[in-house]
Amino acid sequence: MESKLNLDFKTAEHARQTAKRIAETTHGFIEKHTSVTVERAILRLLGVDGADEMGIPYPNIIVDHIKDKGGLTTGAAVYLGNAILQKKMTAQEIAEMVAKGGLDLVALPMGNMFEIKNTISTIAKKTVERIKSNREQRDKYLEKYGDKKGPYLYVIVATGNIYEDITQAVAAAKQGADVIAVIRTTGQSLLDYVPFGATTEGFGGTYATQENFRLMRKALDDAGAELGRYIRLCNYCSGLCMPEIAAMGALERLDVMLNDALYGILFRDINMQRTMVDQYFSRMINGFAGVIINTGEDNYLTTDDAYESAHTVLASQFINEQFAVIAGLKEEQMGLGHAFEMEPTMKNGFLYELAQAQMAREIFPKAPLKYMPPTKFMTGNIFRGHVQDALFNMVTIMTGQKIHLLGMLTEAIHTPFMSDRYLAIENAAYIFNNMEDLGEEISFKKGGIIEKRADEVLREADRMLEEIEHLGLFKTLEMGKFAGVKRPVNGGKGLDGLVEKDKNYFNPFEELMLGGTK
Amino acid sequence: MSGLYSMDKKEFDKTLDLTKIKPYGDTMNDGKVQLSFTLPLPNDPKAEEAAKQLAKKMGFEEPNVAYAKALDKEFTFFVVYGNTVHSVDVTNIKVHVVETEVMDMHQTNDFIKENIGRKIVIIGASTGTDAHTVGIDAIMNMKGYAGHYGLERYEMIEAYNLGSQVANEDFIAKAKELKADVLLVSQTVTQKNVHIQNLTELVELLEAEGLREKVILVAGGPRISHELAKELGYDAGFGPGKYADDVASFAVTEIAKKMKK
Repeated sequence: MESKLNLDFKTAEHARQTAKRIAETTHGFIEKHTSVTVERAILRLLGVDGADEMGIPYPNIIVDHIKDKGGLTTGAAVYLGNAILQKKMTAQEIAEMVAKGGLDLVALPMGNMFEIKNTISTIAKKTVERIKSNREQRDKYLEKYGDKKGPYLYVIVATGNIYEDITQAVAAAKQGADVIAVIRTTGQSLLDYVPFGATTEGFGGTYATQENFRLMRKALDDAGAELGRYIRLCNYCSGLCMPEIAAMGALERLDVMLNDALYGILFRDINMQRTMVDQYFSRMINGFAGVIINTGEDNYLTTDDAYESAHTVLASQFINEQFAVIAGLKEEQMGLGHAFEMEPTMKNGFLYELAQAQMAREIFPKAPLKYMPPTKFMTGNIFRGHVQDALFNMVTIMTGQKIHLLGMLTEAIHTPFMSDRYLAIENAAYIFNNMEDLGEEISFKKGGIIEKRADEVLREADRMLEEIEHLGLFKTLEMGKFAGVKRPVNGGKGLDGLVEKDKNYFNPFEELMLGGTK
Repeated sequence: MSGLYSMDKKEFDKTLDLTKIKPYGDTMNDGKVQLSFTLPLPNDPKAEEAAKQLAKKMGFEEPNVAYAKALDKEFTFFVVYGNTVHSVDVTNIKVHVVETEVMDMHQTNDFIKENIGRKIVIIGASTGTDAHTVGIDAIMNMKGYAGHYGLERYEMIEAYNLGSQVANEDFIAKAKELKADVLLVSQTVTQKNVHIQNLTELVELLEAEGLREKVILVAGGPRISHELAKELGYDAGFGPGKYADDVASFAVTEIAKKMKK
């Protein structure tokens, strides 16, 4: 591709190779570990579901049971497989028996490892087939209706009640939304379990549960059939249950998942060692399920300055890309994040935003980039807010951003009214249509403000990556290089759920999923 | 038609009267208001009439439905203009506002040196389940917001931003550990009044610990007013459009007042 920015692709390649080494070094640590949620995700994928009368999910009961007895280093699958083999019961029956105290998985004499692995792999293959058929179903829909060429309009619903969410989501789809994201209830990212069943109570969002996923999927498929479009469903595969949410999403055909350990570390104070391990398996599942992941670099700019720290976004995108590669994600599934967050009174701010967006487009040519609207400088002046959103929409259409989060004129006031969403969609649709091919018509002035800015950001990102390689990723996070937030390597939430694997460790899905679509 | 809703009333007194304040469109006392809302009705003449009648019930004369648009089969969005019949007497209004004189960073530093004589400790957090740090960051981060330096930049203030989702208990423990003079609590999520519960709980916990009178307690957020904060037992509340300068000026003035007592 010819660069409109006269970008130095040699520097970009150098940065990419540095990021690759950073990711590989960190992966050396990741490979040696598992975590409670990784093991719970494996159990879910092997057919353990539901919760006891106290509402404690069976996957939690089983994993805690094995962990308390010191068995988790081998992985939950081995113990479950052993019990299935010896008791001739299903995974779910075993789980319920353990929950009632009727069975000690760790005390049960261990059978032949080859047979155990065979038993587990047979069940795992069935699940993998189901996920594969979900992926095929998505492809069929996209073939039938065709996929949208320009940016996907992404809107959120956040009523707290899944049934109310559905009403709002269907209305939004009818108004033109392409991606519906169900915002999670405040605080769910810090729960070390996933609640069970349909839910109607939440603050600032709705619980991510498998049943809620299923209900919304059905509603959007129905709305899509009426509209002749495929409506994508998005949720949040971040926090303390990344792989479990990924597993549930894969089973219920979600299409887009926020999926970024760095985000959890910086903004939710989740322990970095734990969440990097969680991220690996969650991305593996997302990769296999054909889910587009979204990364959270945009958030850096809500705490850090969007102009001064633009290079940290690019550096982080390079790193996220390489972690995604290791987990088997294709470039077409990497919704790397960034945002339109420069101070509105800044002279030529629009030019810098344009430079950043065009640069990201050229450096990650196939990635469905996720572009976030202004939030930090939305003031309650809804009239100016609507103009800010219009400028943001222009950058998207001029630079080919793909997952376009609609800015709401009432940002910073309340969760969107139905009419706010309509006005946002109308604004974007107007600009996307009216300016559709402008990007094709323009190239940027040689040596001009935009070209120079992109070059400067790329060089700074490249330097930053060298520094990160030198320090290591964990140390970099400790020093507060991203988002201006410092996190200690042994601090944060969830470290007690990290477990070192022993030599017999077994996760049946690694082999089955890492081949991607093969 | 009653005189109140008369469509031909064009004459009105165009002199400013503080006892009868009305909105100003382009003429004194014209009472012009713009509003928008959605009705759960299909977009048809009946819905438009419903929008007009609703506007009249809200006290608008000559309501004009400038725009109506179907959002869905059963929902219609309206933009309506009207002249309100209501007025208020401003001479009788009393409001709770933070009355401290606002100083800039240098003046505040000087004030602390002269009147307190030591660095003061301010801790801030977005407490409870609230994950939003935009507010507390705007007040505390070095860079500040909209050209107003944050508390971390103040020479005479030791500022600790604990971030988001800090439990009230942890917040208090940290306040004790750091011997904080001032506690800043930011609340952004206000759905179902979760912020009220959380803010109230903090006051109760502080009282139980015997700490409430020893600290300056300040709440902030997009839906926080000074009046609400006072009602909940806080020393002050800062809403939109308030910056680190406002918060710091209030806090240091209050500390100085306490020291004199």
